[in-house]
Amino acid sequence: MMDILIFILLPVLGYLAGTWAEKRHYRSIEERESRYLHLPGVTMGNVEIGETDVEKAEMVYGSVVISTDYFKRILAGLRNIFGGTVRSYETLTDRARREALLRMKEMAAGASVIVNVRIETSAISKDVSKGVACLEAIAYGTALTLRENNEIHTSVT
Amino acid sequence: MGETQTAMEENMILTNIESVPGKRITEHFGLVSGSTIRAKHIGKDIMAGLKNIVGGELKGYTQLLQESREQAVERMTEQAGMLGANAIVNIRFSTSSVAAGVAELYAYGTAVRVE
Repeated sequence: MMDILIFILLPVLGYLAGTWAEKRHYRSIEERESRYLHLPGVTMGNVEIGETDVEKAEMVYGSVVISTDYFKRILAGLRNIFGGTVRSYETLTDRARREALLRMKEMAAGASVIVNVRIETSAISKDVSKGVACLEAIAYGTALTLRENNEIHTSVT
Repeated sequence: MGETQTAMEENMILTNIESVPGKRITEHFGLVSGSTIRAKHIGKDIMAGLKNIVGGELKGYTQLLQESREQAVERMTEQAGMLGANAIVNIRFSTSSVAAGVAELYAYGTAVRVE
């Protein structure tokens, strides 16, 4: 009886708490993303900025380890039988990457642009069946601080 | 060595692009790298196991990996300092899991002298 109760309780708890936490996290991500709109991150290495206008170049990075909830893990497990898009894990990778990017931008406070941004993800635990199934996302790039009186041109070539 | 070297390491310019904008590279010293291997903390692992039910960020792990990565960068910087470089360009990070619960964090780049 106890076993069945736990078996039912865990997914329910996971669903309720997980959905709440995810919504809260998305709200926070969106709020912070709008705050960092002035600090673009680009994946190319050289931006059209006069070499002499750069005051400081500094490497910045941000990382996060995030895990999904019990309910979604069960859903994904079921999905494994029939194949197809695993929607329940999409939000996990999305949240991890966006959070890592935001942390990188937080580290680059005061800079004008972040160039050569690279995003990497790695699974922390290979044994998903027992223990921790989680994902690490890291974003890194070079933050350029421009001399005052120089504004970054939004058209990047 | 000693104080001058630590001062140099603090002033080390790190970028992950091929140059240091606004500065000219005068000398190349070749590849420098730093790595660190970390095992996860058993207490943190239990917490992570609980957190796994509801999902969300595993702060203990984030912190652990961040610290390890900083250490890898520090070791790389030390190596570059010994070579007499004052900047490292084209830095890359990589992570690999060596065994269950053990991760290696590796940072590598090219040590150069800029003026």
